[in-house]
Amino acid sequence: MTGERPPHAFLLELLTPGAVATIAAIDRGGIDPDTARRLHELGFDEGVDVELLHRAPFGGDPLAVRVGNMVVALRRSMARLIEIEVPVAAK
Amino acid sequence: MNAPLANPVVALVGNPNAGKTSLFNALTGSRQKVGNYPGVTVERKAGRLALPDGRIAELIDLPGTYSLIPRSPDEKVTRDAVLGTLPGEKRLDAIVAVIDATNLRNHLRFVLELRRLGLPLLVALNMVDLAERDGTTIDVERLSVILGVPVVPTVAVRRRGLMELGEAVAATLRDAVTVSPLAGDADITLLQREARVIANTVTLAQGAQRQWSARLDAVALHPLLGPLLLAGLLFGMFQGVFAWAEAPMNWLAALVTAGQGLATSALPAGALRSLIVDGVLGGVGAVVVFLPQILILFFFILVLEQSGYMVRAAFLMDKLMASVGLNGRAFIPLISSFACAIPGIMATRTIDSPKDRLTTILIAPLMTCSARLPVYAVVIGAFIPATRVGIFGLQGLVLFALYIAGVVGALVAAWALRHTVTKGPSPTFLMEMPKYQWPAPRDIGIGMYQRAMAFVARAGGIILISTIALWALATWPKPPANWDRPPLEYSFAGRIGLALEPIFRPIGFNKEIALALVPGMAAREVAVAALGTVYSLQGTDADHAEGLIEKLRGQWQLPTALAFLAWFVFAPQCISTLAVTRRETGGWAWPAFMFAYLFAAAYVAAGVTYWTAKALF
Repeated sequence: MTGERPPHAFLLELLTPGAVATIAAIDRGGIDPDTARRLHELGFDEGVDVELLHRAPFGGDPLAVRVGNMVVALRRSMARLIEIEVPVAAK
Repeated sequence: MNAPLANPVVALVGNPNAGKTSLFNALTGSRQKVGNYPGVTVERKAGRLALPDGRIAELIDLPGTYSLIPRSPDEKVTRDAVLGTLPGEKRLDAIVAVIDATNLRNHLRFVLELRRLGLPLLVALNMVDLAERDGTTIDVERLSVILGVPVVPTVAVRRRGLMELGEAVAATLRDAVTVSPLAGDADITLLQREARVIANTVTLAQGAQRQWSARLDAVALHPLLGPLLLAGLLFGMFQGVFAWAEAPMNWLAALVTAGQGLATSALPAGALRSLIVDGVLGGVGAVVVFLPQILILFFFILVLEQSGYMVRAAFLMDKLMASVGLNGRAFIPLISSFACAIPGIMATRTIDSPKDRLTTILIAPLMTCSARLPVYAVVIGAFIPATRVGIFGLQGLVLFALYIAGVVGALVAAWALRHTVTKGPSPTFLMEMPKYQWPAPRDIGIGMYQRAMAFVARAGGIILISTIALWALATWPKPPANWDRPPLEYSFAGRIGLALEPIFRPIGFNKEIALALVPGMAAREVAVAALGTVYSLQGTDADHAEGLIEKLRGQWQLPTALAFLAWFVFAPQCISTLAVTRRETGGWAWPAFMFAYLFAAAYVAAGVTYWTAKALF
């Protein structure tokens, strides 16, 4: 499904569960410096691969995301600050 | 080369979930000293590490952190300790960085940050067995060359690599020169990218990661199955606490009774015999019998924590917590508060938003702590029939309902606090979900042992003192010869109880309850000991074989018993909780507020319960 999509950037929040993407940009202006640093400490960075694993029950918030080798839980409001791109060849 | 240090100090530092505490337990065994750092309530864990060259190093287990730039008091302790600026801590002679072999990229970033300090450093590459099982191969020698520090593969839970680690520590200390650590914050992003390059270089084969963790998460985080599993685990935990503890509790009770019989026959009748039999054995015995229940509860909590499930529970609960202005992270301190509010309140140090943390502290006492179990157990045992409802015991169901009442009360209180005294923007929720692991029996055992010792120390300290004080208050002054009512009413304690009774009468409490609530301020479970003392002293011939349960059944009406249970859901009765709140919030204002709002809530809850029950039964 994702494989037929043209390469374009969209938000991590909107990723289909199971699909793998690459972090294109993190909107560091939207969060305080401490939280931005913690994102990096947990492995978020431009160029790192991410995968949406789970959405929590009761409204689909927070999200569980694989980033590199780690699984991180974060709220949708934070995931909205992370822009991703899906390569054309990905399946 | 310097002369070898006589008593070197070595610290374990690492990310949370690197297996640091497991490694600490494996290296030091059960000979650990648990204390507190002065001024802060962060736990200081130290042990003896015997080095192969015969020297003994002091090994310190520093709180887990992702970097040296602290976001919480816990993380600040680690930073200050490695920089040598922590009051009450010796300067470190070497650092052992504990890293997870299955998550090299992120953990190496922290090693690079530690390396900048210039202190003697070595790396324990932990959980290599899990990496191997995933099919990941790491070139350890190359990693050591790139980092410029010794790297020792370890499997803490299987005690693998411990000898080699000890030798490496000894070698590092032998070559060490005394240096002052370099301060100054690192650029996380740069180190992060450097770490990724190193991780890619030394990883010879990359296996499929975390497959079985992902399979477990498919159930544990499932929109429908996940919450059901969580509810089932919590329910099973509370049923287990009651069912499994029954036999050992009976043994302990028999032991106490035997001790009382022995003391009665060995000592001449008089004040000393009364003190030993009624005051000490009766009072402390009534509390110590609940040790099995407390241990079982801690067992469940330790297993859930160390298996990695607790974070999943936080994930499931985040939305609910967000609706009352908290975040999922508060769920872990609150779950710990089911055992005891004190470690729960101390665990709030991982919450970085001050207002969020304060709210969590204020509602933590509403989680039904194990000290309430003795109270609940006695009253439920006396007034709730041991019948079955379907496959569940009615007594267990009532207990579960009391826990639920505490949780609902806490959520309502959090909502109210977040809209009034702790108003402010809601913080975010961002946390690592570690891979699932089998909890190591040694780690569970050491955790339970440390908690049991803390409980016994409490029973031997504050509870012993307050039960003896109560016994004295309830014994003197002796009534005159022509006194025809129970002697207790003539004593100091009786008079205090009588003075307080008008306050508690509207909510159905009699003067014995009013009397028990006074020493119960020391610790909640003392209320049970106090009831035991009050009622055994009150009888004309003290028959100790007859249990407190029998006595309550004869003396209380059902509405009073239910009101007493409702009171204890909210009651602010624990000096230790108030003291730890003072320490964590830096003043008496918040503990005073906590006491006032909990007292008001308890009074209203008990009153409503009493009058409703009176109308129904």
